[in-house]
Amino acid sequence: MRAAWAILRKDLRLEMRTFETVPAMALFSLTTFVIFHFGLNQDQLKGQLAAGVLTVTLLFAALLGINRLFVAEREQGGFDGFLLAPVDRSSMLLAKASALFIYMVVLELICVPAFGLLAAPPRFGSALPYVALLLVLVDLAFAVIGALVSAIAVQTRARDLIGPIIGLPLLLPALIGVARGLGPAFSAHGSQAPSGKWLLILALYDVVNALIAYAVFDFLLED
Amino acid sequence: MNPHARHLRGITLAAVVLLSLGLALGFLWAPEDSTGFIQKIFYLHVPLAIVSLCGFVLGGVFGALYLRTGDRIWDMRSYCAIHMALIFSVGGIITGSIWAKADWGHWWLWSEPTLVSYFIVILMFCTYQPLRFSIEDPERQSRYAAVFSIVAGAFVPLNFLAVSLATAFVHPRVLNLEGGNIPGKMKVAFYTALVGYALLYTALMKFEMLTKTTRIETRRMQRLLLGDDDVRPAGRSAAPVA
Repeated sequence: MRAAWAILRKDLRLEMRTFETVPAMALFSLTTFVIFHFGLNQDQLKGQLAAGVLTVTLLFAALLGINRLFVAEREQGGFDGFLLAPVDRSSMLLAKASALFIYMVVLELICVPAFGLLAAPPRFGSALPYVALLLVLVDLAFAVIGALVSAIAVQTRARDLIGPIIGLPLLLPALIGVARGLGPAFSAHGSQAPSGKWLLILALYDVVNALIAYAVFDFLLED
Repeated sequence: MNPHARHLRGITLAAVVLLSLGLALGFLWAPEDSTGFIQKIFYLHVPLAIVSLCGFVLGGVFGALYLRTGDRIWDMRSYCAIHMALIFSVGGIITGSIWAKADWGHWWLWSEPTLVSYFIVILMFCTYQPLRFSIEDPERQSRYAAVFSIVAGAFVPLNFLAVSLATAFVHPRVLNLEGGNIPGKMKVAFYTALVGYALLYTALMKFEMLTKTTRIETRRMQRLLLGDDDVRPAGRSAAPVA
């Protein structure tokens, strides 16, 4: 636990000093909203269309973060130092998943209000609690799966390619859940609460993947 | 004797016999249902799909055994299980698409959760070989591939659950928990074909493992006899090399 906390603090401090990942993710998602505006040619997005735009934008921004997650460890020998230290290897997974989760939350604090402004979905204000709930659940999926996939991809030759192609199908069930859950929240009429089954799918998917990642992660750091 | 060659002849013969028998029963003996002759593709599509999905999960189980034991034979089994399941699944999705066109009038139906989740699973496993190919160190390649196979194997049922909840339900349920609502003759033909396909899968997988291990052994002997310099280095491969 203390090791995980130390790694997480190191990552966050690095991010605070270099501003490498989160600003890039935020800029990327704002630009994507602009592209969607012109691609769809609509001033206001609502319902399932708005949910799809937000989900896809967050997904691609998350992929940027996932690609960067272990690069410093690999390039500057962090893995070797970590393996020499007498600590539990799962702490690396915990720290990296937490870092990714925090990045995603910060990103969403910027990008969801921007989405409300640029895409202007109906009844955006009253939808915010549901949106926040769904996004927290999907951020957990991004964090766990992202940390696992990133740890696999960083050791391959084509890591920028391998990360997304493995990560995308693996994230699909969570993305289906969040996209379908967000649809009613952005609709012009009717109840805005997401149906319980999407919350259940997301939560279940988070838990199962966290357990699998915990079980297999140690093997990725062996040398 | 090579462990992959064990029972190979028996399994191959049984696969040929049961597969021919199952298909013959299905096409000649079992009755047609209301959709006519096209329904016969059921004896190709459903077993292919079931066997390929089981093969993907099996690859994950072998991957877990590799991580537990560190024995390279499990890596070979995991690789060949997934490789063969991928080939079967391509057959499965093509026959499924033909059936969908004949039965529902569309090659592709988004409202059909089984088709969509099957497609997603195939997309997932299509990344297995690129992943292996992009890791050069053979030991790390096996280890990472095993981790991937476990994660992806567990992904198969989860994905089916998520997608089926997301869509309305139109797939013909031939295999529900009560044993389905299909006539007895069709059921006999179907299960014979299913066992036939499973044996075909096993036989092909064993042949693949046998070929690969024989090639590895041959190279090892060449190196031993001719010296390392005279043997051309093996081309890069996604398959296990040692």
